[in-house]
Amino acid sequence: MRADWEVVIGLETHAQLATKSKIFSGSSTRFGALPNVQASAIDLALPGVLPVLNAGAVECAIKFGLAVGAKVAERSIFARKNYFYPDLPKGYQISQYEIPVVQGGSVTIHVDGVDKTVQLTRAHLEEDAGKSLHEDYHGMSGIDLNRAGTPLLEIVTEPDMRSSAEAVAYAKALHSLVVWLGICDGNMQEGSFRCDANVSVRPKGRKEFGTRCEIKNLNSFRFLEQAIEHEITRQIDLIEDGGRVVQETRLYDPDRNETRSMRSKEDAMDYRYFPDPDLLPLEITADAVARVRAGMPELPQAMRARFEAQYGLPAYDAATLTASRGLAGYFEAAVAAFGGDAKLVSNWVMGDLLGRLHEADLGADAAPVTPAMLGGLLKRIADGTISGKIAKEVFATLWVEGGSADTVIEAKGLRQISDSGAIEKIVDEVLAANPKSVEEFRAGKDKAFNALVGQAMKASRGKANPTQVNEILKRKLAG
Amino acid sequence: MALTLDDVTRIAHLARIEISAAEAAGTLAQLNDIFGMIERLSRVDTSGIEPMSHPLGGTQRLREDRVTETDMREPNMRNAPEKQDGLFLVPRVIE
Amino acid sequence: MADPLHMTLVEAAAAVRARQVSSVELTQAAIDRAQALQPKVNAFVRIKADEAMAAARACDADLARGVVRGPLHGVPMAHKDMFYRAGEVSTCGSKIRADWKAPETAAVLERLDAAGAVQIGNLNMTEFAYGPTGQNAFLGDARNPWNTDHITGGSSSGSAVSVASRTVFAALGSDTAGSVRMPAALCGVTGMKTTFGRVSRAGCMPLSQSLDTVGPLTRTVADNALMLSVLAGRDARDASTLDVPVPDYVSAAGSADVRGLRLGVPRGFFDLQVDPEVAKLLAAAAAAFRGLGAEVVEVAMPDLDAINATGFLLTWGDVVGVHGAWMRERAGDYTAQTRGRIEVTLAAGGADYVDAQRSRARLLREFVAAVYSKCDALIAPILAFPVPRLSDVDVSGGPNMMRILDEITRLMRPINVLGLPALALPCGFTPGNLPCGMQLIGRPFAEADLYRMGAAYQGATDWHTRVPPV
Repeated sequence: MRADWEVVIGLETHAQLATKSKIFSGSSTRFGALPNVQASAIDLALPGVLPVLNAGAVECAIKFGLAVGAKVAERSIFARKNYFYPDLPKGYQISQYEIPVVQGGSVTIHVDGVDKTVQLTRAHLEEDAGKSLHEDYHGMSGIDLNRAGTPLLEIVTEPDMRSSAEAVAYAKALHSLVVWLGICDGNMQEGSFRCDANVSVRPKGRKEFGTRCEIKNLNSFRFLEQAIEHEITRQIDLIEDGGRVVQETRLYDPDRNETRSMRSKEDAMDYRYFPDPDLLPLEITADAVARVRAGMPELPQAMRARFEAQYGLPAYDAATLTASRGLAGYFEAAVAAFGGDAKLVSNWVMGDLLGRLHEADLGADAAPVTPAMLGGLLKRIADGTISGKIAKEVFATLWVEGGSADTVIEAKGLRQISDSGAIEKIVDEVLAANPKSVEEFRAGKDKAFNALVGQAMKASRGKANPTQVNEILKRKLAG
Repeated sequence: MALTLDDVTRIAHLARIEISAAEAAGTLAQLNDIFGMIERLSRVDTSGIEPMSHPLGGTQRLREDRVTETDMREPNMRNAPEKQDGLFLVPRVIE
Repeated sequence: MADPLHMTLVEAAAAVRARQVSSVELTQAAIDRAQALQPKVNAFVRIKADEAMAAARACDADLARGVVRGPLHGVPMAHKDMFYRAGEVSTCGSKIRADWKAPETAAVLERLDAAGAVQIGNLNMTEFAYGPTGQNAFLGDARNPWNTDHITGGSSSGSAVSVASRTVFAALGSDTAGSVRMPAALCGVTGMKTTFGRVSRAGCMPLSQSLDTVGPLTRTVADNALMLSVLAGRDARDASTLDVPVPDYVSAAGSADVRGLRLGVPRGFFDLQVDPEVAKLLAAAAAAFRGLGAEVVEVAMPDLDAINATGFLLTWGDVVGVHGAWMRERAGDYTAQTRGRIEVTLAAGGADYVDAQRSRARLLREFVAAVYSKCDALIAPILAFPVPRLSDVDVSGGPNMMRILDEITRLMRPINVLGLPALALPCGFTPGNLPCGMQLIGRPFAEADLYRMGAAYQGATDWHTRVPPV
């Protein structure tokens, strides 16, 4: 980004709510069904077949509102957003306009080690449209309305972000929050979480916002970043060349890494909103909010603080472990199974476990090494049965073959050698075989000592107790 | 407020509805007939009043989150003018 | 027994239960009459003789086993062709729906079925219920049984014609801007425009969801009360039905006592440009109420033109939502009148619609405060002039269409905007032996009061017992 320009970004995110049925009908929301088998008369808006609001979708909205510290409106209104597009055959989308269900709130992000708060304007319930398939059907488009009526929560920020990095950090924080709350499966490939970015630029120091463009339907964090970067460059180039940014909706093309105009301005102006005559105001009582609150999971921020206080973890560990509810749950279960130092658990979870989960593209819930198995392994480190290094080998075996740490240790004969007679024997052999290192050590080269320890460990195939090796080696060299 | 022929055709265009010039002229006459009455509405002070779809109030009742619908593709598509592979076919939109 | 079809609904239901007449006899008689009159009055879209007779036989079989399904056991009826029955065609009076089969059954039909009623067919109506004259260029016009050169009123044309002509004992209609009251008045029967939120609209073709109400047309007030007692109440499928207790309408109609009730005679709006013949009949009706012990008071009307304008805007916004897609794809399948009216609706912007929704609450508060502090119900004309001839109302889309239709619905629409109940009653005849109707307009959910007044009036007059010559 060029130094004399400031970028202003606001995001609108559509999170598909994890309900079984649609927002206004009893049709299934399952992904991947045959075209149009999950489109009922209500989803098609056949006149006379009336929508009735899904309590599950409302509960999701309340959960979100509570999680971001927003106001959950006692009364909110469903409106029709009238526009014309083939995947919306009824000509309007039911959404919320003037009075949304969630008002205000904020999400905290961390960028370059700095905390920043992104204010939310609102979050409202709405129905998704259908899907246009642009394969060629004799020059026509195919319409699948299975997705029509799927519940969405549209989460709108204030124009608070100042870089694509901040926008991505926000999107990631929001993504992990909605998944954490269990209100969205977060599957971006299937379109369960998608962002529209409002981007504008202004000369640094100017108060007024520049004219913004909205980039639609960004369904990966990478596309979000690339699209914003591209759009920033496009707008700055345009203005510096004496042009003017036109307010419009643009589409990001990841293949060509560019954005292009999507709908004409006239059409964008043609949205007409009005309260839906088929739906009465949504009333959410304090009791209903209290019921949802009672069933809320502990939120990531609170859990982070608790991990630091309760387990004595560094801030970095606490943040990493609370990246998802699954991982945090894994950690706590492993601590319970282990019963020892939580920091050791943290190291293993953040190290070997996360590494292998990433590699296998799995969630913590699906890890082949369960918290109980990891706890059993750590016990054997703590009681000196195996060294940390051997433990990594055991972990690798558990990951592939299952079983318990004890059975693996026994079967492979990995038990640590703590018999000082046996270790002395190994050390003697090592000293005899490495006269050069002994000489160097005596000449004052400390590094030579480490080489001797390494040789001793190698000779024991890693099983010798490293502390004992150290002591005995020191004693013998001193003698 | 008086509507012009341009207004009527523009509104029709926005709604993607075709009306002929003759119809538009007739429509216009009818509209301007009624707009006088609509202007009376502006005399009603509505500041601070929530828009209501129900004159007597009432609030939304909720439905339990349960799948109750079965596959209705066949009957739903029966009257579709164009269809293939279980899809409704519509004129292509370029974007 | 004399012609069993000349009984009232209450009498017919009692006669079936007492096995003085079988459901099969009644239903066969109704079908025969429907078929005989069809060429003259065109009341039916479809007569379902086989299904109806099977249903009637089942009712009789139940009764033979001592099973009474409900208060309407075995009584033949027919309903406006916009109340869906799953798997059956519901034309809604339009070519657009000529082959369309409904995905579900209307909540009101389910209630009538459960109460034991038999449906012998589906009735003529204005295309998509959008028009007050009862004409329909697609189905052919329904004809007024008092004089077939005259309009029936609409949009529930077939409902009024089949009840007035003693073909069926009751019929369902819908009222968005007079569609129950207008044909009831023009054909000389009793019709209830129910409070908005009193009766479910699930499975009914909407005209304007902001204003639509469902209500019964019958020959007497007591019949009407019996019908509403079956129809009224909250329905999980229609969010607009309110959780307000359903009073005992049958007892209310039975008490027929108006002493202590205050009847308001409107000053302003309802008495403007009213034909002297109509005004005379209304004055006589007010006098009859006074004679029955009601207190009759004059009540100044608030600005009902603004209320009417609100109604237009609400209707227009709703109509675009319902018909926009068809107007884009199948505009040529509408009749000229309907298409012309739908085109007009395009003029309403979203902002106008929202303004109308806002004004509505305020207008209702003001109306209730101004009117119902002074009286319990208003008495008002339905149509300000005698029943027009078909040839008088050439409204097939010409430039004057809107003005004529507007004049016909002028005294109706405000009541829908306010959501109030209104009972249409025959109150005499204008020269030429054409029926004239009046409406009693009550407080929200005060249908029981209206039945009490209406039953008292019908106890003192015999207009509702007159049988049309057709």
